[in-house]
Amino acid sequence: MPKIWFYNPGLACAEPEIVEKETDILFVGGGMAACGAAVEAVQWAKPHGLRIILCDKAAMERSGAVAMGLSAINTYIGENKPDDYVRMVRCDLMGIVREDLVFDVGRHVDDTVQCFEEWGLPIWKKDPNTGKTLDGAEAKAKGLTLKSGVQPVRSGRWQIMINGESYKVIVAEAAKNALASYDKAEIIERCFIVRPLLDANDKSRCAGAVGFSVRENKIYIIKAKATLLATGGAVNVFRPRSIDEGKGRAWYPVWNPGTGYAMCAMTGAKLVLMENRFIPARFKDGYGPVGAWFLLFKARATNAFGEDYVAKHKDELKKFAPYGEASHIGTCLRNHAMLIEMEQGRGPIYMHTEWALQEAAEKMDKKEFKHLIAEAWEDFLDMCVTQAGLWACLNIEPEKLPSEIMPTEPYLLGSHAGCAGAWVCGPNEDWVPEEYKAPWKEIGLYNRMTTVKGLFCAGDTVGASGHKFSSGSHVEGRIAAKAMIQYCLDNKDYTPTIKETAEELKKEIYGPWYRFEEFKNASTHYEINPNFLIPRHIQARLMKLMDEYVAGSSTFYKTNKVMLERGLDLLRMLKEDMEYAAARDLHELMRAWENRHRVWTAEAHLLHILFREETRYPGYFYRTDFNALDDANWRCFTLSSWNPETKEWTLETYPYVQIIPDPLGP
Amino acid sequence: MPSYVNPEKCDGCKGGDRTVCMYICPNDLMILDPEAMKAYNQEPDQCWECYSCVKSCPQGAIAIRHYADFAPLNGTCQPMRGTTDIMWTIKFRNGVVVRFKFPIRTTPEGSADPTVGKPAPDPSKINTNQLFTQVADGVEPKKPEAVLNKKFEVGALGKVAKY
Repeated sequence: MPKIWFYNPGLACAEPEIVEKETDILFVGGGMAACGAAVEAVQWAKPHGLRIILCDKAAMERSGAVAMGLSAINTYIGENKPDDYVRMVRCDLMGIVREDLVFDVGRHVDDTVQCFEEWGLPIWKKDPNTGKTLDGAEAKAKGLTLKSGVQPVRSGRWQIMINGESYKVIVAEAAKNALASYDKAEIIERCFIVRPLLDANDKSRCAGAVGFSVRENKIYIIKAKATLLATGGAVNVFRPRSIDEGKGRAWYPVWNPGTGYAMCAMTGAKLVLMENRFIPARFKDGYGPVGAWFLLFKARATNAFGEDYVAKHKDELKKFAPYGEASHIGTCLRNHAMLIEMEQGRGPIYMHTEWALQEAAEKMDKKEFKHLIAEAWEDFLDMCVTQAGLWACLNIEPEKLPSEIMPTEPYLLGSHAGCAGAWVCGPNEDWVPEEYKAPWKEIGLYNRMTTVKGLFCAGDTVGASGHKFSSGSHVEGRIAAKAMIQYCLDNKDYTPTIKETAEELKKEIYGPWYRFEEFKNASTHYEINPNFLIPRHIQARLMKLMDEYVAGSSTFYKTNKVMLERGLDLLRMLKEDMEYAAARDLHELMRAWENRHRVWTAEAHLLHILFREETRYPGYFYRTDFNALDDANWRCFTLSSWNPETKEWTLETYPYVQIIPDPLGP
Repeated sequence: MPSYVNPEKCDGCKGGDRTVCMYICPNDLMILDPEAMKAYNQEPDQCWECYSCVKSCPQGAIAIRHYADFAPLNGTCQPMRGTTDIMWTIKFRNGVVVRFKFPIRTTPEGSADPTVGKPAPDPSKINTNQLFTQVADGVEPKKPEAVLNKKFEVGALGKVAKY
């Protein structure tokens, strides 16, 4: 019997209860940066009795980018100098980074990694007697710690290997224990903060934020003196290579919809280098990490005909001097060589795991080789189980067969090999140039504060300072939290006041559900209704247009002014339609807001690519009408801001100041 | 389907209003049908295959059938996560089975001390660039070895556009 299909709802929406809270400090997010913020803030808040609230969209134990775990910590300075860390980051990100922010991460990050070890994270060590590798548990049993000066096992100059399946569990545990130790601190899990609130009396000041529970029908209106956006990057803004259930297998966590970028934009905070994106070359489809294979196992990658494509295109990289010739070749430039091969029909690109492992086998006994194979599997099982599963599904034993690698769809982020995000203040110290202080002279020089007073960022949301990774994000959360305490102490007399009424906020936040209720009977199919779109539709249209017009994978990451302007027209119509999104249950209400954040992020990304008339990141994207790197004109920052009053975007340039002297690279 | 629930094993976490998988899923996918008392994945195409539900299910009722887009059937990775180690059983499509065991933490669960044993920092240090651990250890954060502070006077400076 045919039957009108009725949606099987998740947790039902109902008229929400309004929960109003007041705090000094609000942390939005629960990932590495937010965990760092919690640990640091409690220490400084206690003597002053400052109140803290942390809102996580998920459960802290497994939220954020490190939810699944990691097999390496990619930023540990150790025997290196923070100055050289800055050189590496500026090389990798093509010469334009905020060196004050990067240096600040570099000089503090080891402290945070040593905390991780103390909390129980197993970190591989070199046995000081034999020089052989010990896993984190063996090293701990022998009493070998980073703090006591024992060498970690490096997979690269900046990376150290860990047994990191429970990395996030351990780091979240310390954060939760910190908040639990303080009677003026509170964690609200499953609370999705969707936008900051501006102060009623000072429209350039943040007075807290608003969100809702994805478990109960509650809206949270949280007044705060200082608010930290410690949310993740932006995923599935572009059509991914896998379009059915495989679109969940994003390289970065699929639950990161660019919330922080959108929230900055909506509030009028300036964003920087939003044209930057990250396109990781990863094991095809499963998106398993390649770092350990290239760096630790010394594997080589070739095109279909066995040619080393990086060596083959060495001269090509000279076009991008000085970056193509520096001691550290940027991640985007490494993509560039692979893309030439793919575009000219010489794919697939193979990672020759079998050569690397067979070469290694010649130098070791059977037991050692077995251990090496286990390390190879652990690299995936600790952080990207799908890739291990894909090997099993495809009958690939890495010591026998190679695996394909491929560049993914674009992602926006601020902590990995990318640098999109907010324009924030750095440390207020004498070595920091005037140009990096001037924007905050009037509102206060608080480390990691955006251009909106009282609104701070850390981790993926901070722009122009990539390569923080998990450890750098954690320590940046700590840096920001301390500055937020300082800000609260300096603004003791400030009382946050919100201009919207609770009723107005309720209508806005639950808008998609009200819309569904109003119109649901206009169609016999809940997904096809002339009065609304469901969040999945909004996202599908966004992913399609970004892919086709804004340098997605289907155009080999190429675009031009005319394409971008056409894309902008379509995006603006989507932004209007987004107001007609409907949500049937709490889960879908979450998706409705996530996709708003995606659309805002996409708009900023598109405008920045349009504004920067050069190809700054070859291998990440190409402006075919300005198909060259143009240092003479464009070695500068690009800033964008949206004016909440006029609803207009302004894009501007801002000078880059080189703090750390040459050489360019480390 | 990415994660899926075996109905013979799932007991709905015995009638609590929230199951372990629902508690832990970072993407709000797992949900309990309170009539059937079984959990299910409400949006399979948004599953990251992070295995958080698989690892934490008290009944061992959750597994992964890898993404239909690109994974041929019958390869599986099944974990058994303890307090100090994780055991993985990998079954290949062709029947090959391999097993691995890796450490996951070196301290008892729940014991992470956020202060790492340091005394509370001196509140007067709030205006310094020291984190609380550095205050306790008397560590002075580094400054750059040399400072160039060269402003790049490039052609695009001064360019502004409204959209």
